[in-house]
Amino acid sequence: MGKRRLAVLALLVLANAALIMWGQFCVGAGVGVRSGGTRGTTAPRVVDAPVSAGPSVGAGVRPRAVRVGLVFDVGGLGDKSFNDLAHAGLLRAEAELGIEFRYIEPGDGADRESALRLLAAEGYDLVFGVGFIFTDDMRAVAARFPKTHFATIDYAVTPGQSAPPANLLGLRFREHEGAFLVGAAAGLVTKTRKIGFVGGMQIPLIRKFEAGFAAGVAQVCPACEVLGAYAGTEPKAFADPTMGKELALAQIARGVDVIFHASGKTGAGVFAAARETGRLVIGVDADQFDEAPCCVLTSMVKRVDVAVLETVRAVARGDFAGGVRELGLAEDGVGWVYDERNRARVGESVRAEVEALRQRIASGELVVPSE
Amino acid sequence: MTLIETILSVGFVAQALRVTVPYALAALGGTLAERAGVVSLALEGMLLFGAFTATLGSALGGPALGALCGIVGGLLVAAVYELIVVRWRADQVVCAIAINLLVLGLTRTLLVLVWGSASSSPRVPGLGSTGTWAFVAAAAVLALALSELVRRTPWGLRLRAAGERPDALASLGVDVERVRWGAVLASGALAGLGGAWLALDVGGFSDAMSSGRGYIALAAVVSGKWRPLGATAACLLFGVAGALELNLQAEATSLPRELVQMLPYVVTLIAVSSVARGARAPSALGQPLG
Repeated sequence: MGKRRLAVLALLVLANAALIMWGQFCVGAGVGVRSGGTRGTTAPRVVDAPVSAGPSVGAGVRPRAVRVGLVFDVGGLGDKSFNDLAHAGLLRAEAELGIEFRYIEPGDGADRESALRLLAAEGYDLVFGVGFIFTDDMRAVAARFPKTHFATIDYAVTPGQSAPPANLLGLRFREHEGAFLVGAAAGLVTKTRKIGFVGGMQIPLIRKFEAGFAAGVAQVCPACEVLGAYAGTEPKAFADPTMGKELALAQIARGVDVIFHASGKTGAGVFAAARETGRLVIGVDADQFDEAPCCVLTSMVKRVDVAVLETVRAVARGDFAGGVRELGLAEDGVGWVYDERNRARVGESVRAEVEALRQRIASGELVVPSE
Repeated sequence: MTLIETILSVGFVAQALRVTVPYALAALGGTLAERAGVVSLALEGMLLFGAFTATLGSALGGPALGALCGIVGGLLVAAVYELIVVRWRADQVVCAIAINLLVLGLTRTLLVLVWGSASSSPRVPGLGSTGTWAFVAAAAVLALALSELVRRTPWGLRLRAAGERPDALASLGVDVERVRWGAVLASGALAGLGGAWLALDVGGFSDAMSSGRGYIALAAVVSGKWRPLGATAACLLFGVAGALELNLQAEATSLPRELVQMLPYVVTLIAVSSVARGARAPSALGQPLG
């Protein structure tokens, strides 16, 4: 009896130890191995770097490379979307301004704040957090490190909450403007006058996509019907391709011939449904043409890379300003894809009409509803 | 199309069956393991790992190999789980949760190592309609066969005895540990096949794609009163409710979406609390062998 209990106890301890080791392995994989590159340190273009390693953080332009730290969202590098775009922005900044950068991929949950804190403590001039989930952590860390610049991609504005600290820039996108354009494209190419929208988790951010999309459809095709559906009300709704496929198939069964998804990894199922049925599909965040080369009409792109690059430029120039900044069509923060791959599928007349709408929105003549 | 017409349509039935398949396969596996006295909370991990290995298999040699690899993936997770809880007699609930977390992290790491992406694999050959129906048929046949196996064969008797009175079974000279080994391995194979469906249905793996289906399958095991056919029926009920939810959303009814999305879970709750009210779990469920 005693022996068995001892064995069970020993096992529990072992299982626990294994779990903890596993946890450390994950963090290690994030901070140590894959982020390893403080790139640029060995690059010849980093000239005049001061020998003193002290964290001389200041607003003025100095004869040394700007040091940028970035913490990725849960999906991490290689998500072919959001995080990869942020990384692309860093690479462009490296090529253009010769910055040094380092990134961290946190595991789930609580490592986020410590990653931000780590980068700030190591004296990086500018620290990015990619994803709305960073909003509260960013506010806390930015208040602790008033001399470091911080920027949050997809900063979430909570009603009643005070403005961000002066050293924190909250970047927001007017996704509804980009969604409006692809909605117009969908409304112009549909033959059945029925168009679908598949959202991930039901949150205000995704509703913005839906509202802009529906308004875009209505702009060019008042008789068209938009069927909207969401994969769920929990975060896992962004990671359920099986659900995404069935939602898309249910819409297709009702005659929908173009579907726009704003559902993260759930979208893989929407693309699968499009490939099986030959219906058109519209990608989101990045150009998702490769997900279904047969069937992707276009993608609504969110220029996270542009936002990152612009912010780094501002720090390099010394005119970084905190606050909340919105990027829409006028700022080239959102857009739609029209290139050699989907040119034939979209067509010149549709392109012209969508571009005309883009001009009108960018100039402020046309206002897109966000809800 | 009115809702009634929708429900009576072939498309709706097909959709309900497709939604049911992964739940049913996992729940059949769960039934076997639990009847032998082993808690099957690890179904979630088996599904997820099966989905990953199926994607690998399909990338290398098409969907058939993918399905096979899904089974192997489920078996691997089951073997690890079993080693810990059957051989080493650790706490089953704690270890099952640990296994699920481990698989979540492991598949993420492997995704990066194999395909260089933290979120999803490239596209791999999917099932197509023949493969889809093969899966549906396989689930139905397995449900019937396992029901017979559990109820009417010596193996089934031993399985049930291992979950009810392992001491009595042992006194008859039967190696209870081996019976449990077999049951858990079988559950891994079945759940792995369910995972293969998830991946092959959409033609690729994406991070955390099992999305809690293993836990719903476990609820189906309970509402099915630990019987293969009962568990399958519970999954079918869940599948119909799920398909109804999808179609209500597409129908653009005036019902609030949140209400519609609750439907499958409400049905599950009602099923667990009403149908399964008189159900009794195997007496030795979750108890390590002496």
